[in-house]
Amino acid sequence: MAASLEARFVRRFRGGPAIHADLVLPGGDGPVTVLFGPSGSGKTTVLRALAGLDRPEEGTIVHGDETWLDTRLGLFVPARRRHIGLLFQDYALFPHLSAHENVAFGLHGMPAAERDRRTAAALALLKLEGLGARRPSELSGGQRQRVALARAIAPSPRLLLLDEPLSALDGPTREELRGELRALLLRLGVPAVVVTHDRIEALALGDRMAVMVDGRIRQHGRVADVFERPADREVARCVGVETVLAGRIVGAAEGLVTVEVHGLRLAAVDRGLGGDVWVLLRAEDVVLERGGGTRSSARNHLPGRVTTVAPEGPLVRVTLACGEARLSALVTRASCTELALEEGAEVFAVVKAPSLHLVPRI
Amino acid sequence: MPPRPGLPASLIIAARDARTPRQRRSRDDSRSRPARPALSVDVPALLLSLKLSAATAAILVALGLPLAAWLAFSPARWKPLVEAVVALPIVLPPTVLGFYVLLLLGPHGPVGRAVESLFGARLPFTFEGLLIASVLYSLPFAVQPFAASFAAVDRSLLEAAASLGASRLGTFRRVVLPLSRAGVITGIVLSFAHTLGEFGVVLMIGGNIPGETRTVSVAIYDHVQALDYDSAGATSLVLLAVSFAVLATTYALQRRTVSAWPLRSKPAS
Repeated sequence: MAASLEARFVRRFRGGPAIHADLVLPGGDGPVTVLFGPSGSGKTTVLRALAGLDRPEEGTIVHGDETWLDTRLGLFVPARRRHIGLLFQDYALFPHLSAHENVAFGLHGMPAAERDRRTAAALALLKLEGLGARRPSELSGGQRQRVALARAIAPSPRLLLLDEPLSALDGPTREELRGELRALLLRLGVPAVVVTHDRIEALALGDRMAVMVDGRIRQHGRVADVFERPADREVARCVGVETVLAGRIVGAAEGLVTVEVHGLRLAAVDRGLGGDVWVLLRAEDVVLERGGGTRSSARNHLPGRVTTVAPEGPLVRVTLACGEARLSALVTRASCTELALEEGAEVFAVVKAPSLHLVPRI
Repeated sequence: MPPRPGLPASLIIAARDARTPRQRRSRDDSRSRPARPALSVDVPALLLSLKLSAATAAILVALGLPLAAWLAFSPARWKPLVEAVVALPIVLPPTVLGFYVLLLLGPHGPVGRAVESLFGARLPFTFEGLLIASVLYSLPFAVQPFAASFAAVDRSLLEAAASLGASRLGTFRRVVLPLSRAGVITGIVLSFAHTLGEFGVVLMIGGNIPGETRTVSVAIYDHVQALDYDSAGATSLVLLAVSFAVLATTYALQRRTVSAWPLRSKPAS
């Protein structure tokens, strides 16, 4: 079983906000924790403190039976002695070294044969065979990301820290690598902390997630729990206007797939996915109807019951319970009045198939 | 300087006295030497200058790299003071620097006394004394390019090296130095070329002893003083050519090794 990580510290910046971390990552319970929050919320500061690149003013960091930081005892283990793997947002590859030399950098001091064997294994794991002789300037963005990842994992770190691992990539490459990264993290089995501000990345990569807002961790739990039951308003706003549901693709026909979500069956556009998925739905894409039975082009008509009605500026946010699933819809005040939407009202949620966005869930 | 009323006479005399022997010495040297044939290049002086420059550059690599690394990476609050001291030779007249070094190395100075009691030798007007003065005089020309290129290395690369277990010295050797090659070469060449052309400090510390402290710039000055313009011209031309060749070669080498355009670099094997 992997070692647990307990971090409780405060990092203060002159003229800036204090960053408070209170994070316990139990070993074994799913390897990947996503540290999620908007930019400026302090995620990277927490990651740097975990890496030993930053020294918090107060607090403790304990990894397994090793204390990395205890400010009361004046104890601080620097990055080079923590045996962690760190992936930088811009990758920070050594420009004067080849891909092979970059990956071998952390294996310094090993016998040459052992070093070469482990370097080759790490390059092979990231499908970089044949690119070892290239300099970073001769690699594409996706290849650089893989080299950086191979470099981070080659020394067999005890903890992987990934800072916005996919943000420097273009759209198609990002989607391709997202799935691969999750598979790789599971295969390695090393506890990992991934910083991201992208909710799709959080869903695709994480087992657990900690949400940071304004320098504090507001909620920490399983990814689905955080998305479906945000602890407070700010976390809800932070994790997004989207409804996120765990589903499973059970069939495909004529360019559409059928996704089963909490006993409901939804039609979505087939994008080549299968198995377990996250279903993302923006509140403004949900149309509410009273009575139902009207003909429309939308594929999904879900019966539900209104649970809350909350005005948001010119709009009203209505949450529904469609069986076990919770849906969020944004409607105008006029519609709200016309349909007499109030708690307990029976309505149909109408959703077009292309409005359902599917993200693989491994 | 005309004597001014109100200034103590002793001070004026002292000031005159401080100047006179030096001028007299350099004139005496040039006059006592036998007349040279026209168009002579003072080869021993040129060789001595090259030797002095090479030794100065070598010592500055040994001293300058750690000093520049400290300047580039230390968070010390009093760092600006050290930076100012390092940069002083750029703004000070060589005579001022030479004067203080002379006091320091002289028989009554702390360094001079220590050396004399340890080795029984005196530093002023010797090659070793000249070398010490040259190192101080050219310090900023080595340390500033070194430190600037160290500081230009992306901090995240240093952090990446640390996260991969590299010590500070290891990071310096394996990441900082290779990425600062252009700056290090510039510092070495500049300190070499600057020493080659130094004059004031040589006169103050080295004097004009052929084969020991008579550098090429002093030789040229002597030729001019002796109205031997042909020899001065020939020697100057050699110095100009050597300096130009050293600088041009360095910049040409750097142009080839430091490629700002990845597309132009060699394709991967």
